Amino acid sequence: MDFAFFLIQLLNGLQYGLLLFLVASGLTLIFGIMGIINLAHGSFYMLGAYLAWSLASLTGSLAAAIALGIPLTVLFGMALEWLLVRRLYDRDHLFQVLLTYGLILVFEEIRSILWGDDMHGVPVPALLNASIPLTDNLSYPVYRLFISGVCLLLAYGLYLLIKKTRLGMMIRAGASNRDMVQSLGINIKFIYTLVFAVGVALAGFAGMINAPLSSVFPNMGGHVLIICFVVVVIGGIGSVKGAMAASLMIGLADTFGQVLVPEMAGMIVYLLMAVVLIWRPAGLFGRA
Amino acid sequence: MEKTNHGFDRREFLKGTSAIAGASAVGTLAPLGLARAQGAKLRVGLMLPYTGTYTPLGVAITNGFKLAVEERGGKLGGREIEYFVVDDESNPGKAPENTNKLIQRDKVDVLIGTVHSGVAMGMAKIARESGVLWLNTNAGADDVTGPLCAPNIFRTSFSNWQTTYPLGKVLKAKGYNNAVFITWKYAAGEEMLRGFREGFEKEGGKLTKELYLPFPQVEFQALLTEIASIKPDAVVSFFAGVGAGKFLKDYAASGLKGKIPLYGNGFLTDGVLEAIGDAAEGVETTLHYGDNLNVPKDKAFRLAYAKAWKLQPDVYAVQGYDAGQLLAAGLDAVKGDISNKAGVIKAMESAKIDSPRGAWTLSKAHNPVQDIYLRKVVGNQNVVQSVAWKALADPARGCKA
Repeated sequence: MDFAFFLIQLLNGLQYGLLLFLVASGLTLIFGIMGIINLAHGSFYMLGAYLAWSLASLTGSLAAAIALGIPLTVLFGMALEWLLVRRLYDRDHLFQVLLTYGLILVFEEIRSILWGDDMHGVPVPALLNASIPLTDNLSYPVYRLFISGVCLLLAYGLYLLIKKTRLGMMIRAGASNRDMVQSLGINIKFIYTLVFAVGVALAGFAGMINAPLSSVFPNMGGHVLIICFVVVVIGGIGSVKGAMAASLMIGLADTFGQVLVPEMAGMIVYLLMAVVLIWRPAGLFGRA
Repeated sequence: MEKTNHGFDRREFLKGTSAIAGASAVGTLAPLGLARAQGAKLRVGLMLPYTGTYTPLGVAITNGFKLAVEERGGKLGGREIEYFVVDDESNPGKAPENTNKLIQRDKVDVLIGTVHSGVAMGMAKIARESGVLWLNTNAGADDVTGPLCAPNIFRTSFSNWQTTYPLGKVLKAKGYNNAVFITWKYAAGEEMLRGFREGFEKEGGKLTKELYLPFPQVEFQALLTEIASIKPDAVVSFFAGVGAGKFLKDYAASGLKGKIPLYGNGFLTDGVLEAIGDAAEGVETTLHYGDNLNVPKDKAFRLAYAKAWKLQPDVYAVQGYDAGQLLAAGLDAVKGDISNKAGVIKAMESAKIDSPRGAWTLSKAHNPVQDIYLRKVVGNQNVVQSVAWKALADPARGCKA
């Protein structure tokens, strides 16, 4: 591997890492801040992708599909929290696992009824449908770089929201002591509804924006769910900064693992997780 | 998922999921049991995927098989058919249980299935022990007609080796002397790779690098960059379904398409073309079936299938259809008396199947000896270009029966 290809692989790794962050950020909020083990996170990702596909075929534009899709997923998230998830806050983790696992089955069935079981492609928006030549035979799709940019913006936005705003302060306070925040006169119920909805919308958004790259297919959420949990656990539960660091680490480890030690490529991510957890049992930025 | 549950209790998590799995298994038992004990119909067990990623394949095989039966007036060897259906979920862990359901509980005379090679390995073991006649309608694991071969085990599809071995000759004829192979790191991928390597090296070509991706990952960017840095004469790949679609798209988007020609066996481009636009245009693959095949039987079959099921048939439908034809040949010879197993097997072994893919016979290990076609992607079709290898027989390494 000469230096030019090393740089390209570095770019591949960072780009994949940012993509992971985009998908995992919603889980960081729901799992990390609300403490809900949300196995259905992958299903929200899938629903987002299918929404993008059907709305894009209706409107003829992915941007319009995303603009329509985000409010829909926010409303969907709020309804779900209000109907089901809020009954779980005081219960054992096992109930959360049961409910959200059940939701996976329900959402797959709904997907099958509404959209069928076929795989579909979503075209890359014309404006971004170009490639930048890197070497004589390799070029880089502009859309991938665009997604990386969106991920960075989103990460910064999340960081500001949680660390710098009044709402963020209430969310963090609610995460450490729900009852105390409630007795201070803050409507913690509504805040939790909001956080859950934002988490769902983030997963949905990831599915939508990634649809042209990943295509849209049944059970697509299952593929991302596990890696999302790995990101959250390595990063430290509840830490957006940690999720970002973990995503980039996994992206790089996976990319260079495939190239340098192909026999172990499937294990590298989990080895990384094991090493991090031995070194820091609460994750990189988690509080023990 | 056990790997990811730091922060909550693993045992509780497992308890939760296994309880759900158990409940759904019980749910599927009841309706099947009712159909028992109805006179002297031939009991045919269909063990195929009816849920999950491989659902369309399971359905196509079922439709193909039933079409072959319907064309014979709903009878095989003069006997009416009673079907026993089990959804194998493409889950190798449940393969022994599901196979035994059909063999021990439903007492089927014939076992038909399946798609997933891991499930087929489980079926092979039980078929060998029980001696029940088994027609494998897709799973290409080389071992099924290799070390695991048996008088009662038949295959109407292909061996993994068969699908990639002819590619070596194809590449060499185009003047390519070296190639890299990219696939998922799992049994089928490795068998396809070995088939290609053998065929390519025999022609004097050199496989310069084997690139593997963990199954079923679909982030190809790192390996595509690696291909660009190696600059081989050609790239050969095995991916299937969704992964294949994404690989073709990424290959085109990376700019490699048009610079380094891409080849594969037919699973790379079957059933994905409509979803990926023109990303695969011009890609050449080898398989035992294709579009615009100049075989009269194929035209008749396509028409009949479309009429019966309101669907277009594919290679899986053909494999199911041929399972019906092969079984008919065996049962006709003994006038439906399946208890004369030796007679059935002998007739099947010597049958010449008039298949939509072109006529084929069985090898000694009971795998089809068939033509492998070179096809090219034109629009949404895999148009047959030529016969890449006439009457190719799997070497059946390790078969001692």
